[in-house]
Amino acid sequence: MALLLQYTLIYASVLLLVALGGCFSEHSGVINLGLEGIMVMGALGGALVMKSMADLPALLMIVAVVFGSVLFGVVYSLLLAVAAIHLKADQTLVGTAMNLLGTAAATVFVKALNMAEDASNVSSSIQYIEQKKAFSLLKIGNFELSWFMVLAVALLVISHVVLYHTKFGLRLMACGEHPQAADSVGINVYKMRYAGVLISGMLGGIGGIVYITAGVSEWKFENGVAGFGFLALAVMIFGQWKPGLIAMAAVLFGLFRALSNVYSGFDVLAALPLPSTLYNMFPYMISLLVLAVFSGNSRAPKAEGIPYDKGKR
Amino acid sequence: MNRENEKKSFERLLNREGVQSLIASFICIILGLLVGYIVLLCINPAGAGKAIASILKNFMYFPRPAVALEYFGSTLAKTAPLLMCTLSILFAYKVGLFNIGASGQYAVGAGLSLYLALAFQMPWFVCLAAAVVGGGILGGIAGALKAYLNVNEVIAGIMLNWISLYSVNMLLTKVKESSTTYTGALRTNSPGALLPSMGLSSLFSGNRYVTIAIPLSVLIAVWVWVVMEKTKLGYELKATGLNKNAAKYAGMKEKRNMILTMVISGCLSGMGAAFLYLSGIEQWSCAQTAVPAMGFNGIAAAFLGMLHPIGGIFSAYFIQHITSGGSYIDKMIYCSQISDLISAIIIYFCSFVLFFKVCMKRQLRKKKGGQ
Amino acid sequence: MGEFAIEMLHITKRFAGIVANDDITLQLKKGEIHALLGENGAGKSTLMSVLFGLYQPEEGKIYKDGKEVEIRNPNDANDLGIGMVHQHFKLVECFSVLDNIILGMETTKGGLLKKDDARKKVMELSKRYHLQVEPDALIEDITVGMQQRTEILKMLYRDNEILIFDEPTAVLAVQEIAELMQIMKGLAAEGKSILFISHKLNEIMEVADRCTILRKGKYVGTVDIKDTTPEKLSAMMVGRDVSFKVNKKPAKPGRVVLDVSHMSVASNRHKKDAVHDVSFQVKSGEIVCVAGIDGNGQTELIYGLSGLEPLSNGTISLNGQDVTRESIRRRSILGTSHIPEDRHKHGLVLDYSLENNIVLERYFEPEFTDQFGLLKRKEIREYAQRLIEEYDVRSGQGAISVTRSMSGGNQQKAIIAREIDKNPDLLIAVQPTRGVDVGAIEFIHKQLIAQRDAGKAVLLVSLELDEVMDVPDRILVMYEGELVGEFKPEEITIEELGLYMTGAKRREQT
Repeated sequence: MALLLQYTLIYASVLLLVALGGCFSEHSGVINLGLEGIMVMGALGGALVMKSMADLPALLMIVAVVFGSVLFGVVYSLLLAVAAIHLKADQTLVGTAMNLLGTAAATVFVKALNMAEDASNVSSSIQYIEQKKAFSLLKIGNFELSWFMVLAVALLVISHVVLYHTKFGLRLMACGEHPQAADSVGINVYKMRYAGVLISGMLGGIGGIVYITAGVSEWKFENGVAGFGFLALAVMIFGQWKPGLIAMAAVLFGLFRALSNVYSGFDVLAALPLPSTLYNMFPYMISLLVLAVFSGNSRAPKAEGIPYDKGKR
Repeated sequence: MNRENEKKSFERLLNREGVQSLIASFICIILGLLVGYIVLLCINPAGAGKAIASILKNFMYFPRPAVALEYFGSTLAKTAPLLMCTLSILFAYKVGLFNIGASGQYAVGAGLSLYLALAFQMPWFVCLAAAVVGGGILGGIAGALKAYLNVNEVIAGIMLNWISLYSVNMLLTKVKESSTTYTGALRTNSPGALLPSMGLSSLFSGNRYVTIAIPLSVLIAVWVWVVMEKTKLGYELKATGLNKNAAKYAGMKEKRNMILTMVISGCLSGMGAAFLYLSGIEQWSCAQTAVPAMGFNGIAAAFLGMLHPIGGIFSAYFIQHITSGGSYIDKMIYCSQISDLISAIIIYFCSFVLFFKVCMKRQLRKKKGGQ
Repeated sequence: MGEFAIEMLHITKRFAGIVANDDITLQLKKGEIHALLGENGAGKSTLMSVLFGLYQPEEGKIYKDGKEVEIRNPNDANDLGIGMVHQHFKLVECFSVLDNIILGMETTKGGLLKKDDARKKVMELSKRYHLQVEPDALIEDITVGMQQRTEILKMLYRDNEILIFDEPTAVLAVQEIAELMQIMKGLAAEGKSILFISHKLNEIMEVADRCTILRKGKYVGTVDIKDTTPEKLSAMMVGRDVSFKVNKKPAKPGRVVLDVSHMSVASNRHKKDAVHDVSFQVKSGEIVCVAGIDGNGQTELIYGLSGLEPLSNGTISLNGQDVTRESIRRRSILGTSHIPEDRHKHGLVLDYSLENNIVLERYFEPEFTDQFGLLKRKEIREYAQRLIEEYDVRSGQGAISVTRSMSGGNQQKAIIAREIDKNPDLLIAVQPTRGVDVGAIEFIHKQLIAQRDAGKAVLLVSLELDEVMDVPDRILVMYEGELVGEFKPEEITIEELGLYMTGAKRREQT
């Protein structure tokens, strides 16, 4: 039970972070379908920090890892920002390319790194058994509260405040709803959209590192993040683009994802004649269902996905 | 005088839409290769040139013509399924839908055709038909979700991809080899399910994987082109894709059209899977944890081919050529995923194609204005 | 200090291929209401966008209070005290009135938004200038009139001295227009300088002090309103004398073509019906006009008639045949033509060629598709070319021009050609003259009347009062989804019509 709670919370944290990322991007008017790739890059950034600075004290380790993820995530999200905001590219296509590119680039990079250290090591994995211990805040029996859960909650509160109680949030949302209106009162729509996308890079990057450290102590980068970026988008839609609701949706989805990790620990579930694969499918099926129910009357930002052209007559 | 004329006709050539598309495609390829080359240089400067060369050479890696021809056959055998995925994606895109679910439809096609072949020893045409139907149904689900419930087809497609992957793994576990995670080889377990070669394999030094799938996929590309450009159906579907409100206003059934498009698109992907697995060139791994890459490579090929079915034939071949070529890279220095990286970079640059074309047009106009 | 608040001297602005403003001069005196008059495409909006910093002119200078200034973006304009109420409101629909007013000028405390002072200032301004608004209501929930007042408050909140109104009355009812005129006069009396863009002569005559006229991107002249007449202004605007009256013979109504009874259409936006229990008939050989202020259910009425939306109640019959449950395609085949309200949304596939758009509703007929489902390209081309010639549809490359590249008027002509050539029994025309120039308006009105004289039933939906008074044989007034009156144009004055359109009066149908 404790394990289920722990996995639920940690996966909920991942989904929450990434969905908040998507939320900022979409509120600025850019659909970010490249979150999956951003997560991979963020994970790579964090993992590299853990690999190269294995001896840092716990607290510094956390800060450094988060910084590494944020850096990679933000830089990588520039690929979307430049393409979608300045070059007016098809945002779906750019997002897809970023997802493929993220996994391919991370794999090539890690393999090259491993081979450079040991020519016979052709795996795409990075290990962080010891380093990972730094993320544990406290342990009660089987349940382990992670620093990342605290971070996720903190970022949730900050996101809410930023979106609804600051000048920046008001302007950001104006750009996603009615960019011409924002422009007419002197708001630089391009800048705000860059901000939205880069924030999504930041949050998506952190989500990536939380994801790969959630249950395991090494990560094979060939695997990518198994559609988690898209699950997060489903969470965001379910949460109607509002941080508070997104948090609740994230916990629900986190629960279903956690079940696939720990269902065998429950006698009731283990006794059911269901193959384990079914539990793997669960989150995807639930999200499809949720999308089917909630997409109809969703209130997506009005101008999302539409490139803004200042000179358009 | 003559030179003047030559220059003029050259400019007229540049002004043609098709030529501009072709140039834009080549820019994408060159940029993709260039960035790939830079990455290789960063990893290990010594072998970079050689590695790029082997990616581009692919089967020409073998000096003996007969062997090279045989491997050329294998590349073609894998191009056929990729071309089908390419057509699937470009068909949907022309109607305004992004069928990222091609991978899932492909997985379902693979699952149904292999299951029928191995569990029931069905002949190849039945397996092929099952794959087409299965892919079509999955595509139809995504289309219906979009048409009736306004579900973003990209997110739904991704979800369906994973659901299909896990379902197919479950299904095919029943017919897998007992010692490995792979499904049984068709040649020994169900030879009737293998696609006929019709003597084509003898053209490629007896490569058994060369089947009717290859000419069939090209024929289907032509068929897709005819449907899109010459028929009432294509007219209606494209109108729906470009402006679904106007389509509705004009009395077209815009929801039906959306679903129909996704069904056709799904059929194409599903058929692609049958083309690969019923040729016997690969077996399905039931422990697979990644969605088949074929659907995603199809996106690259579709855009590289400028969303034209005939262009798709060449771009699908090119993408498969470098993917196959990736396996000839010196594994002691680089990994084979380099070719994935290059095709991902190409896709990324493909999204700028419109931008390239606009730049080109602006340059041309400037020139004209100057004269 | 000179007498001018703003001077725009010799402004030239070019876009790819066209000169939108060609050497235009405009001088705005302090405290005056200065009208800017011109047809669609005369360059009014471009000139104002230049003043507002949205476009940079290639030539010309702008002076504020006698000093040369450079306006590179709306911020610069704002700093100079220039504000604008755009024709299409620049309001964020899911924000409150207050949030829209402060957007871009937010006051913060410790990084967080602090709206108390802003609210106080807005309420003060609202009282002083009689601009009644609800600060916490969302834009999507309030009336168009209140949205406009929000826009005006946005300018006043920024302490703007120079106020630009871009065709502000197009969306308003007669009474609301009168209110706006009062507000503008009040603002001018308080020392604000107002630029009033319009092509409605009576409004200009009523409210403006001076008027500058543009035509086809060129400066025609500036006149004092007290020295001029509407006829003179109009002649300057179009460059020739135009007859305001539409010439037509008396109608000869015949059999009933369209019979609507107790029709209701549910609303997408709120729980109430958008169209509620509406009954009327249209006979062959007459033009019936549905008049009303935008958003009173006319759109949904037409959606119901054409089949774009299902009815929640009632029946529709065409030539005596019940078509209530028939599909759009079926209704079209049975003899309904529909010139849609929004030609970009419904009327055209903009990225299709002109010929493809011309057969948009007929491509499936044996004339254009063979038995194998292949399109007969040659026949389509010939048909399109015939219509292009007959209706004088102008485009760059004829039948193969991409429709997006054509001008609004020619796009509209293409739709009209398509719909009329279908030879319908019932022609539904929704705001057929919206956004087209005077010449095209005349052409379109003639076509409607020609259809009437050919024995068709014509149902016209219009927001333009001149059109409502001149074109139809009968007027139905729609208010909040119901028909509140039926008149012959000669029986009623514009003012009285306005009372019905705003719900101040209603009369049961006869």
